[in-house]
Amino acid sequence: MSNAMRISAPKTATRGEVIELKTLIQHDMESGYRLDSRGEVVPRKILEKFECFYNGEIIFQADFQRGIAANPFLTFYTKATESGTLRFKYTEETGKTFEESVEITVS
Amino acid sequence: MKYLAFGIGLVLSACGDSQTTRDAPAPMPLKSGTEFLTLETQALQADTFANPAMLWVDRGQTLFTKPVDMGMGIEKACADCHSETTRPLTQSAAHFPKLDEKSGALVNLEEQINLCRIRYQNTTALDYESQDLLALTAYTAHQSNGQAISVNATPKTQKNFENGKDYFFTKRGQMNFSCAQCHDENWGKKLRGDTISQGHGNGFPAYRLEWETIGSLHRRFADCDRGVRAQPLELGSETYTDLELYLAVRGNGLDIETPAIRR
Amino acid sequence: MSRFLRRDIIKLSAVLGVSATLPLNVSATTSAMQDAMTELFGKLPETSDQIQIEIPPISENGYSVLVDIMVDSPMTDTDYVKRIALFSERNPVPLLSVYTLSPRSGRAHITNRVRLGGTQSVHGIAEMSDGRLITASAKTLVTLAACVVL
Repeated sequence: MSNAMRISAPKTATRGEVIELKTLIQHDMESGYRLDSRGEVVPRKILEKFECFYNGEIIFQADFQRGIAANPFLTFYTKATESGTLRFKYTEETGKTFEESVEITVS
Repeated sequence: MKYLAFGIGLVLSACGDSQTTRDAPAPMPLKSGTEFLTLETQALQADTFANPAMLWVDRGQTLFTKPVDMGMGIEKACADCHSETTRPLTQSAAHFPKLDEKSGALVNLEEQINLCRIRYQNTTALDYESQDLLALTAYTAHQSNGQAISVNATPKTQKNFENGKDYFFTKRGQMNFSCAQCHDENWGKKLRGDTISQGHGNGFPAYRLEWETIGSLHRRFADCDRGVRAQPLELGSETYTDLELYLAVRGNGLDIETPAIRR
Repeated sequence: MSRFLRRDIIKLSAVLGVSATLPLNVSATTSAMQDAMTELFGKLPETSDQIQIEIPPISENGYSVLVDIMVDSPMTDTDYVKRIALFSERNPVPLLSVYTLSPRSGRAHITNRVRLGGTQSVHGIAEMSDGRLITASAKTLVTLAACVVL
């Protein structure tokens, strides 16, 4: 089962309105510092990057290091310009990606 | 005369004994673990979007509505039996642990979910503390949010209750502490930077900041045991479920808060 | 500190030593953070109240601390925040994250949950469109659980 992701975005907005976007994703953000029960280091595996696309155009990017908490929570803002799709994409350092999209109507 | 007094004394003490075995003296006033968190953590718990444990409730909802292959071309999801009108789960978590009539065993919510899977979905049980079982338990218990815990020891679960109560009052580990010493006698006092809570289970499965993930009440018990340097029991063990029963009776009246955030 | 190995931190401070020039009034323990800042931006920032960092004064647990960063900027095509970076004074890896914004952002306001290995200040740097680098910091007291399971 893919990692659960939550997105908070308004369904409607007026043109030019600054809207708040929130995102939460299930991920261990394994720091690479933890030791397992055998005393061996659990290898690092974190989400490296978060990108938000508004109708295909990138509007925000976050580059994470291992100090970002597990199950990362992130909020940011963008201007509502036109109706369309907001795509939230996380990229793990392994190359694996997690994506969800929401629709917005701008009048 | 003194024999009469002695006799009365004997009878009275016997009555007292049978009363205390069903007694779960609750700390007064009854306070949920939420009240011992910082304001920021309380706010995070109340935030229906940002509470990280909700990620598992979401996952649980997906699993709850996902049809399970029963074989012979039949598929059944939990939602097929449990809807808002038929066998609703809006009260369920408030009444666990309880007796499973068929097997005669005491079961908690996790174990009940597995019993349902085996008996009604013709599939295998989920491993205790597995992501799927945690998700399903969190989702199910979340339906009972706001319901007051209402659990009592019955004659058939009397032994379990006594076993759980016994565990609660027994000193254990290198530090030789019983649950009661911290959570009955010293709740509200400081232990290093922490304020000791009353040790209720009304918010579980809960997201523990220390774990950076969601976990069951049994996992918390195991950490408590390790905390006093005692040997923890296996997650899913009968004794831990018995302890859950004792805690539930002791915490009667507290609202279910799953999924809570705890330290 | 169960998550961060103490010996890694000791090793790190032994390797880095003290920086030759310290424009900011800092101790040797934050030199690793300054190195990370210079590595990312090429120069050290100047303190400004145009950028504000908010963090709870007491953090219940170092594994999950909410940091709130806000930069006072009109976010127009000619005057906006290009990047914001978060740094930790004490973590083994000082750089926590980098956020890339644009005039489309509308508002330079970000919140993110971070891990902090002990009581410290978190520093935020904003890179403005005119090349200015401004910084602010906020301190939090990280408390440990009573029964630490080792």
